[in-house]
Parts: sequence; C-alpha cells; structure tokens
Amino acid sequence: MLKTLHERQGMQLLFGLLMGIVFGFLLQKGGATQYDIIIGQLLLTDFTVVKIMLSAVVVGKIGVHLFRGLGMAQLHPKSGSIGSTVIGGLIFGVGFGILGYCPGTMVGAVGQGSLDALFGGIVGMLIGAGIFSEMYPKLERNILNKGYFGELTWPQLLKKNHWAVIIPVAIGIAALLFVIDRFAS
Amino acid sequence: MEWLIMERWSPYVVGFGIGLLSWVTFLLSDKAIGCSTAFSRTSGMIERLFRGARTEAKPYYKKFAPSVDWEWMLVVGVFIGAFLSAELSGQFQGQWVPTKWAETFGNTPFTRWIVALIGGTIMGIGARWAGGCTSGHGISGTLQLAVSSWLAVICFFIGGVATAMLMYNVLS
Repeated sequence: MLKTLHERQGMQLLFGLLMGIVFGFLLQKGGATQYDIIIGQLLLTDFTVVKIMLSAVVVGKIGVHLFRGLGMAQLHPKSGSIGSTVIGGLIFGVGFGILGYCPGTMVGAVGQGSLDALFGGIVGMLIGAGIFSEMYPKLERNILNKGYFGELTWPQLLKKNHWAVIIPVAIGIAALLFVIDRFAS
Repeated sequence: MEWLIMERWSPYVVGFGIGLLSWVTFLLSDKAIGCSTAFSRTSGMIERLFRGARTEAKPYYKKFAPSVDWEWMLVVGVFIGAFLSAELSGQFQGQWVPTKWAETFGNTPFTRWIVALIGGTIMGIGARWAGGCTSGHGISGTLQLAVSSWLAVICFFIGGVATAMLMYNVLS
C-alpha cells in the first residue's frame, strides 16, 4: 500500500511541499532561521541549534528503525569517503561559519524576511553548486573516492544489532543535552 | 491556538516535531529530509537556460537531473512554512543586517551582502562535495546511524566553529 503511494509522482510532489511547510514552520518557531541563533551556536554561546538537532535525531531514529523493523520503511544511508565526507564537510563548515545559515535554515530565513539570506546566501549557494558541477569530473577522479567506505552504518561497522547502538546513543544524547542545559545556557 | 502565534517554541518541542516529521517522510514518501541537492538542481536549471542541452550532458547533472523533485518541493515548503510562522507571530520583517553581525561588524548592508555571498558560495561547494548538508547529513543521516553522516556533521561543526571564532574573536 505504501509502495504504490511512493510511486505516485504528483502526490509525492505535494507531500514534499506539505512536509517542507511543516519543517520550515518548526525551524522558524525554534529560532533556527535566525542568524543570531546560528552564529551563537558556532560561537558556543547559544545551544538552541544543537538541542533541536539532537532531539530530532533521538526521536527520528527510534521511529524510523521501528518502522523499518515492521517492514514499513527503508533506510537510505548516504555513502561516504574521507575525500568526500571529511574534506567536503570542512569546506561546508567554513562556508557555514562565514554565512551564518545552513542551506535549509537559509531558505527559512528568506521566508521571515532576511535579505542577506536571499541575495547573499541563496545566490552564493547556487553559484557554489554550479562551480561544483564544473569541478565534479576532476574531483571524482582524484579526490572524492579516496578512503571510500560506502553506505556503512554504525551497527554494520560494530557488527551489533541496531538497537544495541540506538539505545546507548539515545542515552548518551540525553545525558549530553542535560549537561548542556545545566551548564552551558 | 495561542501556540501558533508564539514567537518561540522550546528547542526540544521543535526537535521532537522534526523527529516525528522524519517518520512521516520515510513512511509516506520513502525519503529523508534534505535541502542541498535542490540547489544543485536549481543551479542546473539556470545553467540550462544559457547553455541548453550541454548542461544536461554534464556528468554531475546526469546524477542529479536539473528538474523538480520531492526534495525541491520540500525546500519551497520550508520557505512557505517559515513565512507562515514568522507572519503569525508578527516577526516577518525585511532585514539586511542581522543584529549580532551589526554589533560586531557594523550595519552596512553591502559588507554583510558580500560576506554572505562568499559564505554561501563556499557552503554550496562544500555541501555538494560532502554529499549533503546539516539536514541531509546532520539530521536524516545521523538518525539512520550512517557513518558518513556522523563524520560529516562533526566536520561541519569543526569548520563552522573555527571560522565563526576566527571572525568574531580574532578579526573583529
């Protein structure tokens, strides 16, 4: 039943739009679309962004893995490599720090009227994506596949049942959030 | 419905909501939340206006076709959702220079614009290089326990914290 739903393309575009509206609404209500909050996170003076991300990860992973266990959902882990994930991640971080928005929160910031996000962030990101598409063939030959480890997940790497990873990580995140709430804000 | 017009919700409520939303995206759409691929597709659509079919022949656009898909609509939705939230709480307001930026670097729109443009460009290259952003890797990938995503999000924050500290604590 779900599978036929996944194949209905027009319906899926509508679902994408509706789910995006919920996502944008939540990000704005959380303050994550504001430059001051995001840069506060990167300066380690405001932990709103980390609190949102970590609580989303705990709730999300429990449900998604439950549904997967019931045969109702499939995982889509991204493949990775040192050359792509680490180098790309650090480049992303530098841009993220300079801009003070990430791609999703930048779109949300435009929705609340931030003109720097529209004319700076969005235009820049489109230019950056265009530059990357030019560089891609060369990068793919020389860098992106260095240290390739594929669509690996922690349970596969540690050879453990996924719940043996999910539960300790959830407890660890809860403890970390408790410490942040207690001492960092 | 008082809560709809509130300016701010607890970050835990918001996180919980995004977590539930991820269940829905996996169940109903067989997709994980992500935002940066949509920028590649849009960039491709713009390039195609000038270069036509040659754009679609580029290896990168063979992988990520310059067309509207679920994630592209999701990003449009983020814009609408944030607008609705800001409008309901009376926070919608055109602003060139964020407060914290103005306190440190002054309130000249041009400076903020140029820096944001540079930051956005670098972030765009990095997001496609790493194969995802703070949503696709940071939330969706980590909740799937993907090694690539945990590694990526650690690198995002190492780069981001170092850069922000340098700008605000050293250069200012």
